[in-house]
Amino acid sequence: MSRRLLPSGETAVLVECDDLDEVLALHDALVADRRPGVIELVPAARTVLVGVDPDVLPLESAITWIRRVPPASPAAAAPADADAATIPVVYDGDDLAATAHLLGISTEALVAAHRAAAWRVAFAGFAPGFGYLVCDDWPYMVPRLDAPRTRVPAGSVALAGAFAGVYPRQSPGGWRLIGRTDAVLWDAQADPPALLTPGRRVRFEVAA
Amino acid sequence: MSRLVVEQPGALALVEDLGRAGFAHLGVSRSGALDRGAAKLANRLVGNPDGHAVLEVLVGGFRARFEDAETWFAVAGGWGPVALDGRPVAPYAAARARAGSVLDLGAAERGIRYVLAVRGGIDEPTVLGSRSRDTLAALGPEPVTPGRVLAIGAEPAASVPLIDQDAAFPPASGAVTLALLPGPRADWFTDASRRALFDTPWRVSERADRVGVRLVGAPLTRRVEGELASEATVPGSIQVAGDGQPTILLADGPVTGGYPVIAIVTPAALDAVAQVRPGQEVRFRHA
Repeated sequence: MSRRLLPSGETAVLVECDDLDEVLALHDALVADRRPGVIELVPAARTVLVGVDPDVLPLESAITWIRRVPPASPAAAAPADADAATIPVVYDGDDLAATAHLLGISTEALVAAHRAAAWRVAFAGFAPGFGYLVCDDWPYMVPRLDAPRTRVPAGSVALAGAFAGVYPRQSPGGWRLIGRTDAVLWDAQADPPALLTPGRRVRFEVAA
Repeated sequence: MSRLVVEQPGALALVEDLGRAGFAHLGVSRSGALDRGAAKLANRLVGNPDGHAVLEVLVGGFRARFEDAETWFAVAGGWGPVALDGRPVAPYAAARARAGSVLDLGAAERGIRYVLAVRGGIDEPTVLGSRSRDTLAALGPEPVTPGRVLAIGAEPAASVPLIDQDAAFPPASGAVTLALLPGPRADWFTDASRRALFDTPWRVSERADRVGVRLVGAPLTRRVEGELASEATVPGSIQVAGDGQPTILLADGPVTGGYPVIAIVTPAALDAVAQVRPGQEVRFRHA
């Protein structure tokens, strides 16, 4: 595993990995071995940002920790399915048929694949509680809409690139909508406030 | 318990404290007062802990009435005419308002964001441990509208201190020089552009808010083409869009960005960015 450390200010360092799998592995390892003074662990597509409180953990010490952190045990890296988030979906999204057509499969096949996939939250972004979901076995690359919608309803279940996602609240967006859910993706009063936290397993099922 | 009734919020009045660090992995920015130094100073002037919530008032045109009880307050950050019941009040100093007194913040002459601290702090409900309004994510207390009644918290333990106000300086009115640290993607830019960042003047554009301040100048050119996979940024990151113009990301900036970050404004210099105005000249130096 190669880890390239890039400067990111007085209190953070950006760790660049070769690919998303390494990001997930590094994130797991850092979470499993988390040190006091680590304020932020922010995974993204190719990087993990480590932010510190330098009064507790000087940045130099954090860099040593990142270089030496042992890989997380398989048990820690793959939390029990009991912890998985299950999201009930009504598969009636405005783009469902067109997206299946783009991929050259039937609507039923797309829904079945989306339900069967063992998703995992790779990272969050775009809006509070918006998780980018990945799955090793997901074969589809879904192009974004040419013209993003100005208003995507909260709970919209969507695809873009190699990712699946759910819009936590109404917002603009360019992902293709395949369904909707009543699941609460974001509740600022809850702990944790987001349903989809980095590393968490996710399953979609047909809403009753 | 005293209250502050905002009669006119001016251009934009927001409740802010020192923000909510630690939630970036859930897509939540730090947010908080843009001029953190001013927020801490104003709080200290009235004996508050540094992290009490203050009002961040953009430009001025703000009027509020103190109700129910005598209240200490202090204004820091932006520098301009401050008046209590029509009489001038010294900036960067604690003053006492009687119940019924009216506070006016006129158009700022230097800087662009006043910070108003009241003894006891603005007592709005917290979201993720903070009373800060995040304008991008729409988290925290709603922007203040005319007639809004803001509760003021309990008296802090510390008394109103005697502080040498000469220790505080108003924001610069001319060119502002900001110290920069290297950015994670500096090597995506040509050597000439990396030099030009420091050697050429920049101007603050009209596109300046709590999310970021876009600068205008000779375009920076890239050595590495192609798209950058989105990655986490920190406040102060200078990202360069496809047109070569840099934007300094601030407290409400997105958690991740897809434009390469060429350099990062130091935390100390970031307070000065909170006070720059459209049209003002910005220069960079190595930290």
